[in-house]
Amino acid sequence: MLRYILSRIAGLFGVLFIVSVMTFALMHTVPGGPFDALALEKQQMIPENIKRQLNEKYGLDAPVWKQYLLFVKNAASFDFGYSIMYPNRTVVGIFKEQWTYSLQLGLLTFVFSSLVGVGLGIAAAVKPNSVFDYLGTGVSIFCLVVPGFVFAILLQVVFSVWLGWLPTGGWSTPRHWIMPVLANSLAPILVLQRYTRASMADAMRANYVRTARAKGLSRARIMFVHVFKNALTPLLTVGGPLAAGLIVGSFFVESIFRIPGIGFYFVTAIGSRDYPMIMATTLVWTLIISLAYFITDLLYALADPRVSLVKEE
Amino acid sequence: MVTEATIENIPASPKMQKFMRFWRRFARNRLAVVALVFIVFEIILAVFAPYLAPYNPYKGDFLATWETPNRLHWLGTDDLGRDVFSRLLYGARISISVGVLSQISIALIGIPIGAIAGLKGGWLDYIVMRLIDILSSLPTILFYILLMVALGAGFRNLLIAMTLTGWIGIARLVRGQVLSLKKTDYVRASRAMGAGTWYIFRKHILRNVMTPIIVSIALGIPGAMFAEAGLSFLGVGIPAPQASWGQMIGMYQGYIRTAWHLTLFPAVILALTMLAWFLFADGIRDALDVSSNSSNAD
Repeated sequence: MLRYILSRIAGLFGVLFIVSVMTFALMHTVPGGPFDALALEKQQMIPENIKRQLNEKYGLDAPVWKQYLLFVKNAASFDFGYSIMYPNRTVVGIFKEQWTYSLQLGLLTFVFSSLVGVGLGIAAAVKPNSVFDYLGTGVSIFCLVVPGFVFAILLQVVFSVWLGWLPTGGWSTPRHWIMPVLANSLAPILVLQRYTRASMADAMRANYVRTARAKGLSRARIMFVHVFKNALTPLLTVGGPLAAGLIVGSFFVESIFRIPGIGFYFVTAIGSRDYPMIMATTLVWTLIISLAYFITDLLYALADPRVSLVKEE
Repeated sequence: MVTEATIENIPASPKMQKFMRFWRRFARNRLAVVALVFIVFEIILAVFAPYLAPYNPYKGDFLATWETPNRLHWLGTDDLGRDVFSRLLYGARISISVGVLSQISIALIGIPIGAIAGLKGGWLDYIVMRLIDILSSLPTILFYILLMVALGAGFRNLLIAMTLTGWIGIARLVRGQVLSLKKTDYVRASRAMGAGTWYIFRKHILRNVMTPIIVSIALGIPGAMFAEAGLSFLGVGIPAPQASWGQMIGMYQGYIRTAWHLTLFPAVILALTMLAWFLFADGIRDALDVSSNSSNAD
């Protein structure tokens, strides 16, 4: 077990290394540095010698491999430098302040989509071909074919423009939360509904359920003791990575509803070639998602004794 | 002469029969047929867009900016006075060609890589699998965005970025199928009789992997449309003067209070198109796969 954990951690570092090299290389193959982007945005030329000095100040004049080594050295002590777009803020500072919004959006989305997705999935499995089953299928098809940002726009048109019930953007009051959370929930609801339904159907067909029914146990007891326990444990495997994907923020929902979270900052950072921000965001994303898979696998092995992570010889 | 003609006809006719059987099963699924009609209709509209569009999608009319839907401009005009309906027609060209072309290039690259990895095994397989592991550890959308920023926005670069990320799925699928088919008795028997690797691949393996490949491609088309719309929405997909649905939504979402028609119509048409392609792909899967019929029933 310990060996397994150690090898997974080593793998994690490997992935981080490769992702950082790839991002770094991709970033630097883009023609134009951050100051060209700045000049473009402000519609004014930056004189060559000032640009040179700026590049020198940010260490962008060194060869790329040297820049990378410096980055790794600093990143090891969680120093990602200053943002180029917001020169008075460190990258870590931006993360600290803005992540709260992404975290809130992500957690609200996770809770809401779990309730709806798992609920619809269970209802569909317990009463197949009922209203709930069709509702679940309808909702999941909707979630499958409507991109989140399209749904966000539709919500805005109906509830903000036509009905005037909800604000089009912002994050200050619970009234602002409704539409972003709904728009962000499409993909998670789809995954959770389908997975729950399939997993419940498997469990309900299992031999131990037939035995329990033959023994004359009540339907409620069969459901709560036999089916739920076995059907919902596998949900961990999708729930963990899903939650991780949600708490890192959403590019689309955050920029449509003008929520100042990490996703929003990442989109602007890409446009303005804000190297330190791009590197930090990519790595944090990869780290959180890989960690989530790792922890999920461990939890799953703990929750279900039939699962063994170590290959038996 | 006559006998020759009949002999020639024999191999063709079971193929035809197979197709008819497939078509009958497909046609039973009403939703899928409706979706197919919608798709064909949209493709016709897209192909003939230059003749059908009432206005030039790139030329603005500065006397008619920000118009809401009316008799002259059915779906209104944008900030430059460009006709939204005409732009939507041209957007269909982008959306459909990105969906179809990306899947073709993904298949052309992914299938050989997966097949070679599965057939040859050994170090080649090891390298391919590690490459797939690394590429799939990156969050897809993040990878797309970084690639598009590095390559620059544009139709061709979009296809390149989609192929670079998309071949993984189909390669993994083909490799897995090849590995399991390699162990079947008929492949072993064929090998024992002295058949070469290439012959076995063509004769026994390719035929059996075709079904999952077709399903994966059919499902990949709306997936690619989804990605194109998302990237164009963020401003790194199809660049400005060209019309893409996602890009139209992205450009005008800030004006939703004053000009809702600029975002609503592309949003609706995008959602309908995605729905049609998914239903169509679903119909193909059900019609091709006998076993999925029974497993879908429960």
